[in-house]
Amino acid sequence: MVGQAIRVSDFPILSRLVGGKPLAYLDNAATSQKPRSVIEASSRFYERGNANVHRAIHALGEEATAAYEEARAKARRFIGAEKDSEIVFTRGTTESINLVAASWGDARLREGDVILVTEMEHHSDIVPWQLVAARRGCRLRAAPLEADGSLDLSRMERDWDSRTRIVAVTQASNVLGTINDVGTMADIAHERGALVLVDAAQSAPHIPIDVRDLGCDFLAFSGHKAYGPMGIGVLYGRESLLEDMPPWMGGGDMIRSVSLESSTWNDLPWKFEAGTPNVVGAIGLGAALDYVSALGWDAIGEREAALSAYAIARLGEVEGLALYGSAPRRCPVFSFNLGAVHAHDVAQYLDREGIAVRAGHHCAQPLMRRLGIPAAVRASLAFYNGEEEIDRLVRGLAGAARFYA
Amino acid sequence: MSDFDELYQEIILDHYRRPRGSARLDHVPDSAILENPTCGDSIKVEVTLSPEGSFLGARFEAKGCAISTASASLMTLAVAGRGLEEVRDIAWSFIRALRGDDSVEALDAMGDLVAFKGVAKFPARVKCATLAWHALLEALPPS
Repeated sequence: MVGQAIRVSDFPILSRLVGGKPLAYLDNAATSQKPRSVIEASSRFYERGNANVHRAIHALGEEATAAYEEARAKARRFIGAEKDSEIVFTRGTTESINLVAASWGDARLREGDVILVTEMEHHSDIVPWQLVAARRGCRLRAAPLEADGSLDLSRMERDWDSRTRIVAVTQASNVLGTINDVGTMADIAHERGALVLVDAAQSAPHIPIDVRDLGCDFLAFSGHKAYGPMGIGVLYGRESLLEDMPPWMGGGDMIRSVSLESSTWNDLPWKFEAGTPNVVGAIGLGAALDYVSALGWDAIGEREAALSAYAIARLGEVEGLALYGSAPRRCPVFSFNLGAVHAHDVAQYLDREGIAVRAGHHCAQPLMRRLGIPAAVRASLAFYNGEEEIDRLVRGLAGAARFYA
Repeated sequence: MSDFDELYQEIILDHYRRPRGSARLDHVPDSAILENPTCGDSIKVEVTLSPEGSFLGARFEAKGCAISTASASLMTLAVAGRGLEEVRDIAWSFIRALRGDDSVEALDAMGDLVAFKGVAKFPARVKCATLAWHALLEALPPS
């Protein structure tokens, strides 16, 4: 299928000026921008469709419920899951991981069990596990990073601890851009009786995902990094696992019946969706996933590969620039430092030029410690970025190097 | 002057490039390190007191951005020759002005520290400018 052409004009915010200069938005790994179709789906819901879901006996309520559940089906198709019951809407990746750590972790982990993460995890795939490890008396281990910013899977097999119960790993690093072979990691884990949770926050906007092909047990991603709204995300879980897991939040919608003594739980996935959900967020996410499907992964992949190659070549020309991570399979995320200039100073200088990048530890302090740096600048791209924006970045970096020298 | 130029005034760039009062403080325990968690800046401040307990001066060792380094440098000059209570007052006046607890105009009366007025327009950088001062307050003997 030939996808619809990539049009920058679909993203209204990209035409704005910042400090009198055209915005060059290179902070997509923090959050992506939204196409007009997502913005319009959100405003259309509040103008025409607003009602609560799963309870009203009136037209608006039924329409809202249908739209919310249709969004769930879109999310299911987006990640290749088999059943809508395996798709839980959450606030985002962080909440999805916390749900698994709290519900599955508290019910299934025993004293002395091992939770395996990696040195490149985002804090959201470390801290929830630390919390449950402290409650259950488990150990948290981290698979080490190789020099190029990748994971050595044969080393993971050699170092395997027989008490490992779950492997929680990012599919793409938010700092290094490395794409991990989470499918092979799932095979390794399953052969040894452990489960696998995939953090797809960074990968979902860039590469096609098929949970059945990957063979993962859980997968989490956020709407707002995948061109959708903030405050909506997805947890995929294999049905048999979700069935066995206790609810993690109580309230309306997640129950079948309640008495003052006890309650029974609703069916999947609503068992995990207590309270009024983010209906407009789900609908906006559905619109974002439609937008991505219309473009097609071939077009997105081709565009981002060309941009990445250009960025790597151009950044390589910048004197004193140290780029972190050189794994062969990567997302268009580039973290670097410019000589001894602090990342915040670099970002502030680029901001003056209308260029938005991220500076700091990127919620990956263990990784920064592993790299031996306090902070880094990160330029992260999306298919709507252009070569001329990378040129402006490179000129801005040269200017920053002169300014702070 | 643009906001950016006001943030990175010449005096700030000068103190960033040639920090005053900067020293190797290997003898100061790492437990005295203060960090800015949002950007990974870290600083150690050492206060020298006379045998009678009066304030003699402060030195620092820092890994940080231009704003935090310049602030630490200018701090060591601003507190030199002051009494302990005065040092505490200066530190709190500086912190309160940048945090917005007091008017930023309070910096007008604080000598070269007026150069940090521009920081107030960049809330994300206020922590950079105040890090050294919090470290100084922690290094002072209890009042």
